[in-house]
Amino acid sequence: MKELISDLRSAIVSTLVLALVCCGLYPLVIYGIGQVAFHDKANGSLVYDAKGNIIGSSLLAQGFTSDKYFIPRPSAAGTGYDATSSGGTNLGPTSKKLADAITQNVADYRKQNGLTADAPVPADAVTSSGSGLDPHISLKNAELQAPRVTKERKLAIEKVSELIKANTDKADLGILGESGVNVLKLNLALDALTH
Amino acid sequence: MHTTDWLQLALFVGLLTLITKPIGLYLCQVLDADGKTWLDPILKPLERITYALMGVKREQEQGWKQYTVSMLLFSLIGVVFTYAILRCQYYLPLNPQGFVGLSDHLAFNTAISFVNTNWQSYGGESTMSYFSQMVALTIHNFTSAATGIAIAAALVRGISRASTSTLGNFWVDMVRTTYYLLLPLCTVFAVFLMSQGIIQNFKPYDKATLVEPMKVSVPKVDKDSKPVLDKDGKPVMEEQTVTEQTIVQGPVASQIAIKMLGTNGGGYVNANAAHPFENPTPLSNFLQMLSIFAIGSGLTYYLGRMTKNQAHGWSVWSAMMIMFLAGVLVCAHAEAAGNPIHHKLGLAVADGNMEGKEVRFGIFNSALFATITTDASCGAVNAMHDSFTALGGLVPLFNIQLGEIVIGGVGAGLYGMLVFVVLAVFIAGLMVGRTPEYLGKKIQAFDVKMAMLSLLILCISILGFSAWALVSDWGQAGLNNAGPHGLSEILYAYSSATGNNGSAFAGLTANPTNGDPHYNVTLGFAMLIGRFLMIVPIMALAGSLGLKKIAPPSAGTFPVSGFTFTVLLIGTVVLIGALNFLPALALGPIVEHFLTAAGQLF
Repeated sequence: MKELISDLRSAIVSTLVLALVCCGLYPLVIYGIGQVAFHDKANGSLVYDAKGNIIGSSLLAQGFTSDKYFIPRPSAAGTGYDATSSGGTNLGPTSKKLADAITQNVADYRKQNGLTADAPVPADAVTSSGSGLDPHISLKNAELQAPRVTKERKLAIEKVSELIKANTDKADLGILGESGVNVLKLNLALDALTH
Repeated sequence: MHTTDWLQLALFVGLLTLITKPIGLYLCQVLDADGKTWLDPILKPLERITYALMGVKREQEQGWKQYTVSMLLFSLIGVVFTYAILRCQYYLPLNPQGFVGLSDHLAFNTAISFVNTNWQSYGGESTMSYFSQMVALTIHNFTSAATGIAIAAALVRGISRASTSTLGNFWVDMVRTTYYLLLPLCTVFAVFLMSQGIIQNFKPYDKATLVEPMKVSVPKVDKDSKPVLDKDGKPVMEEQTVTEQTIVQGPVASQIAIKMLGTNGGGYVNANAAHPFENPTPLSNFLQMLSIFAIGSGLTYYLGRMTKNQAHGWSVWSAMMIMFLAGVLVCAHAEAAGNPIHHKLGLAVADGNMEGKEVRFGIFNSALFATITTDASCGAVNAMHDSFTALGGLVPLFNIQLGEIVIGGVGAGLYGMLVFVVLAVFIAGLMVGRTPEYLGKKIQAFDVKMAMLSLLILCISILGFSAWALVSDWGQAGLNNAGPHGLSEILYAYSSATGNNGSAFAGLTANPTNGDPHYNVTLGFAMLIGRFLMIVPIMALAGSLGLKKIAPPSAGTFPVSGFTFTVLLIGTVVLIGALNFLPALALGPIVEHFLTAAGQLF
């Protein structure tokens, strides 16, 4: 019994001491380093407009629908691109609901981008991402959307291709992961060109 | 698989091999109460003060029962601590969003869950205050990892020591692991993660004005915020224009570092490591994967070092690596092949199955992450396992059911694997008709009973709870998918909870709108059973082994290193896993695979 009480004391005290060190000191040190060394990144990689208002985060997708913009991947986060409710559809391979959604997305994508009725559609363009906030689209997807955006904005296709290239995040160290085009940054670059 | 995929796999395995020995050697110092590390000048005083406050004598060792009681008490206090914070969240500081306290059954589920499993019944960004995340949940990320490593160290001491009744001191092992191993590694890792874009701040959520306002269709609600239904009982939809995006903030980097290194896996946000704020770049993704395996891999070297049989440590490691590679190749192949149903709808065949995956990780890194996170008891996800192809989803599910012994959770993987080693040695002994020996120690009836007990408990919890949920209304009500995929969702949930993994076929909802607590409570018990009813027999095994004498090796001794042993060990793991779970898997992912090929929808 005496041993049990001494063990109980050890358990309570160690929980409190470790909470102080691992849940107080440690995150505060990281916070301090982050605010000094990586200020923008540690605060959410926020993007501002000319007046200094926050208009998004370069790491998070936001919804675009009109022809003059590149369109991000479909989103299952909340009602769409809701950054307080991240997540995927969680629909499985034999789900009818998923198959119906993809059918609809494929038809919309082909129509909006003037593709033929049997043209293969990039998988990322019509499936929802895991987070619902995937900031990227594949290079192939961007190339298929480029003619539409070019026409709508009356730009030279070379200019748009150049912007796509400039807003592509390449695979890290040349081999890790996949290249992706950051949709928000690309669209803002396009807007900056027109204004 | 593309060339770059092979290169990434080679880089991953190569780096893991390189860090195994240095981490193993460092572990030898950390898990020795008198060990010396280069951090002693800073941490030794802190360690001394901690013992003094706790009333612990550093040099006093414990027997297996005392060690276990200390561990259980410590875990109990941790659960109470977390439960209290979650319930009182509203009244505690660092809650700029004003989140209310959690319901009793959700707080119960979460408090238990963070003792190693990190199954998440909630979406972090819409439920938890900064204080709850940083204190109530993060404390367990540290302590449950340290506890796992302590138990593994006790078992290794039981194996390597002769004729002893003591296995070390739980408090010393736990404190030293936290201070000397986890804290320094996490500090470095968290700073790196911030350099990649993971956030670390305490400001309220930001409001961003959307570049293009977005039209969404939402269920119409009346003035009591109840959904309006039409005459068929379907909710009436109305169009709304969204002009703002709320950007989640908080102390994420410090939590993600320990989430991965401690193989905890509980995400800060609902989408876990798929979310750009938790895993912004392929490089952060690569190091997160490496950090899941780092300590567990080092522990196999520690095993070899302590038992003075380094070849044994590497043989165990090789068995793990072979099973790991098999899993990766099957999963990556299935995901790259994609879903024939979706191909018919017009998707480019070469793109593979992108549903639930992020572009920056692509097919291969999603499959690799899924395999690693379930080989270990991590449970973080960078893609939604629920949306994997049937066979791609089978790999993580089967990995968990094998007992997460492929590297495994920190500590938990090693002690889980050593149970299989004992069984493998026992089976080998039966085959040649000799008394089985493991590193000079006779494996007797009691040892085999304890080993089997720890395995059978897992099997009963997974299959028992799954069966109950499958035939119950509350079980069916939580499903997001129909047909065999629904069965997979339930099977995955109880496998993940019992195996203390924490990943999910996340379509399953444990918090139905009618407030039914069955899932939260049964999953909570599955987690408790999977953690503690497994540890107790293992500690008994450690105690029993410690008491035995070590016989010198003879011509008839079965060598526990080399090719034959590795094959036998893999055979034992796969055979037991397959015998236990193949019938259930046949009704879930396996039949679903054939139905996908046939184009059947549900």
